[in-house]
Amino acid sequence: MSTRPIEAIVIGASAGALDALTQVLTPLPADYPLPLLAVVHLPADKKSILAELLDMKCRLSVKEGEDKEPLAAGVVYVAPPDYHMLVEKDGTLSLSSEEPVLYSRPSIDVLFESAADAFGPGLVGVILTGANEDGAHGLATIREAGGRCIVQRPHNAYASTMPLAALQTCNDARTMSLPEIAEFLKEAGGLP
Amino acid sequence: MSDNTDDIELRLLLDAIFRKYHYDFRGYSMASIKRRLLHAREKFGCGTFSLLQDKVLHDPTVMPELLTYLTVQVSELFRDPAYFRGIRQHVAPFLKTYPSIKVWVAGCSGGEELYSLAILFREEGLESRTMFYATDINPKALRRAEAGVYELDRLAAFTENHQLSGGKSSLSDYYTAAYGGAVFDKTLRKRVVFSDHSLVSDTVFAEVQLISCRNVLIYFDRELQDRAIGLFADSLSRQGFLGLGAKENLRFSRHADRFIEFSKEDRIYQKRGAS
Ligand SMILES: C[S@@+](CC[C@H](N)C(=O)[O-])C[C@H]1O[C@@H](n2cnc3c(N)ncnc32)[C@H](O)[C@@H]1O
Repeated sequence: MSTRPIEAIVIGASAGALDALTQVLTPLPADYPLPLLAVVHLPADKKSILAELLDMKCRLSVKEGEDKEPLAAGVVYVAPPDYHMLVEKDGTLSLSSEEPVLYSRPSIDVLFESAADAFGPGLVGVILTGANEDGAHGLATIREAGGRCIVQRPHNAYASTMPLAALQTCNDARTMSLPEIAEFLKEAGGLP
Repeated sequence: MSDNTDDIELRLLLDAIFRKYHYDFRGYSMASIKRRLLHAREKFGCGTFSLLQDKVLHDPTVMPELLTYLTVQVSELFRDPAYFRGIRQHVAPFLKTYPSIKVWVAGCSGGEELYSLAILFREEGLESRTMFYATDINPKALRRAEAGVYELDRLAAFTENHQLSGGKSSLSDYYTAAYGGAVFDKTLRKRVVFSDHSLVSDTVFAEVQLISCRNVLIYFDRELQDRAIGLFADSLSRQGFLGLGAKENLRFSRHADRFIEFSKEDRIYQKRGAS
């Protein structure tokens, strides 16, 4: 196991995402010391109020990620609808309008793969509920880069396809309930 | 963080492409370029970027194909209809007071954005006094733009977008279906000049009243974005308009104060009167 400190958290969720993300994020304090990046599949509709909703519920601040925005601790960056969100090695975000991956734009794989490349062993990847296979490949990439992989326990998930697919490609990922994931993220941030 | 071997080789590859073919991708957002070049690497059966570099330097047929990986070509007619509604409602009335208008569609890809504007200008009665410049660095894309043929299965989305943009006619008035594709009316491109032009390395070529450059700047790093925006400011006439993609803005640009936010939610900027 790497001793490199954790630098960022990436989270992917689809069907049932709002509830699952709320449970994972609300226990985290406003001064959480790491940036968090999330991709949630939304209906292709161009406007989303997901970030605003989560922002109201969480102590962390939640916003849509913007092109070339530098990552800051204690902020949750949600991929905007209809764009992929990627992390650059200099710790800034880039957006892309390229083809959907597995019918999804934003795609969890695209975020996870770029984050694995940027943060290597300093990354935690989390796959939550969802009814497709996006994120499975990305999580495997995080593991190959030495990062830590967490999957919501499939039988607890609102939709188990995504967690199950992630466990297929990443069979040594740790499975946890939503409250356990929140605890894990606190510890990953060095909080009691 | 120090570069891994892939990154070292990737930079060398981009350097080689620049020296040999004068396409400069060195200041593009690396995360997505790398992803796409990893796909290209696999497609060309190369285990490393160095092997791909060898291929691109020694086999002249490789570069044109690599260009399709290096440049993202995704587009749609009236993509993001609210933008075109903004141009129609707020910019067109302004342009109506001009005797002649030049429009630059920068990074026009396969022409979707160009035809959207050409149709909009016809519907708004501006066509006869307008000249369009459609530019891109990808020659294949420029040829597609010039041909104006799109797959039939894309038309439903195009038609819906056109209506949502405030379209005053039926999109089917502008194309005929033939050979499994929709051919857009060639009179729409009678007043269009298609040309190779790079926002990274080329300069101002005309004074224009409207620039539409959507979903191109996101592929550039900050510095390149600044260069392109400076070029736009230099190309626009006094009080000319600049339209950007839904997730692009001038907020962090060095040239921000040369523009005012004309229609903020539509990402339409206007060059200030003085300067
Ligand atoms: C995603 S497409 C945008 C298409 C269209 N404007 C839209 O928003 O639907 C990006 C385009 O930018 C072009 N491009 C990339 N680098 C460029 C450069 N340096 N100068 C001009 N165009 C460039 C690509 O070839 C591609 O056609």
